Amino acid sequence: MTTSTPLLLAAFRVLARDLKLAFRRLEQISHPVVFFIMVATLFPLALSPQPSLLRDTAAGVVWVGALLSSLLALEGLYRSDAEDGSLEQLVLCGQPLAVLLLAKTVAHWLVSGIPLVVVAPLVAASFGANGASFGVLMLSVALGTGVLSFVGSAGAALTLGSRRGSVLLSLLVLPLAMPVLIFGARAADLAMRGEPAEGPLWLLGAMLILSATLAPFGAAAAVRISLE
Amino acid sequence: MATWTWFHKLASPPHFYRIAGKLLPWFAVPAVLSLAVGLYGGLVAAPADYQQGDAFRIVYVHAPAAWVSLMCYTTMAVAAAVGLVWRMKLAHALAAATAPIGASFTALCLATGSLWGKPMWGTWWEWDARLTSQLIMFFLYLGYMALRSAYDDLTRADRASGVLAVIGVVNVPIIHYSVYWWSTLHQGATVVRKGGPAMPPSMLVPLLLCFLGFTLLYAALATVRVRAEVLRRERLPTWLETSEGVSRAS
Repeated sequence: MTTSTPLLLAAFRVLARDLKLAFRRLEQISHPVVFFIMVATLFPLALSPQPSLLRDTAAGVVWVGALLSSLLALEGLYRSDAEDGSLEQLVLCGQPLAVLLLAKTVAHWLVSGIPLVVVAPLVAASFGANGASFGVLMLSVALGTGVLSFVGSAGAALTLGSRRGSVLLSLLVLPLAMPVLIFGARAADLAMRGEPAEGPLWLLGAMLILSATLAPFGAAAAVRISLE
Repeated sequence: MATWTWFHKLASPPHFYRIAGKLLPWFAVPAVLSLAVGLYGGLVAAPADYQQGDAFRIVYVHAPAAWVSLMCYTTMAVAAAVGLVWRMKLAHALAAATAPIGASFTALCLATGSLWGKPMWGTWWEWDARLTSQLIMFFLYLGYMALRSAYDDLTRADRASGVLAVIGVVNVPIIHYSVYWWSTLHQGATVVRKGGPAMPPSMLVPLLLCFLGFTLLYAALATVRVRAEVLRRERLPTWLETSEGVSRAS
């Protein structure tokens, strides 16, 4: 028998490994951010550069952009680990798979969600949103990308074993992401209008807790199916 | 233990195939009858609504289709969960057979809702809570079917799509209430509400018959589809050759 590693230590090592890998390949972090800014650029070009119109659409644009780019980042959550076999090792290592996948998802959120949180006020400012709303905006993006990471981790695990990945992943995750979009955009919009935004923020927090509790089990079941 | 033997028996393909074949007319005939009576009562015999005129009659297709679309999703998720927990292939076959039916009824509900919206709201599509959550429901069905078709191996397709159906059913109430919270413009519920339905019997009875007819229609369609699904999975098994006189083509 090998000496067993304590569960929390194992989860922490998975987290640290994923962060290290992500920082070695910085484009994995930067590409979704660039995509986010590009999507935001599309809106003034498509609609009109009129400041009042842009100010009204700011919250929605930031949120649609954040949603799409975190969807884009999801693709890489398990793909490379599945290809080089390290995901299989996680399944076989004897620790509860759901906890390890929870750690992986947290690492993914740290490298894909946090950059979006940082860039979101920049995009909002370019649309003419007032600076007082940035705190709520960043908080809503932080909570929302967290939910998206957890729900998306189950989706990404489901599409692992299939033939065509990325479009399918969007088809699966987008309908599940719509409540996040509703509450996130609503919170940001309320803040930009100078109204209290606690309600949607609490609901986003509740969704984050729910998805962090349940989604890792779905992801673990899906990873096992995909690796069969 | 004895009470569970019917359940285990049902899980065996030859037994199910036989039973389902016998049950089929019991679903199909009442479905046709209640739909014929209900649709006649609703579309011809019922009085026109004092406010909406004849346009309200679309409710006789719209509301039952909405009900069946929800019921299908629940059936699919429960069947998928049963299939995942007890590894019953037949439950997966039921889930797989239900998805396209559910998607069709959801599409029917959306189409009739849009047709109803034109005379009532003046637009083909209103971003109202119920239409939108129905649309998201349609997307969920499409995602489920897309995931199934992405797997070549049937067992993996079954289990992966089963996990998705279970995740989806946890999300359906969240999506529903968030969309409600987002906006509502649709008329309130008229059939199930406190203090009895807000409809005279001449309108209500055909509607209830349509609900019954659509539900039975689902049962009949599901029976046919699961039988076909069983055949497809077994690819001419030996029991079929002996009992039904079908010869194996080789």
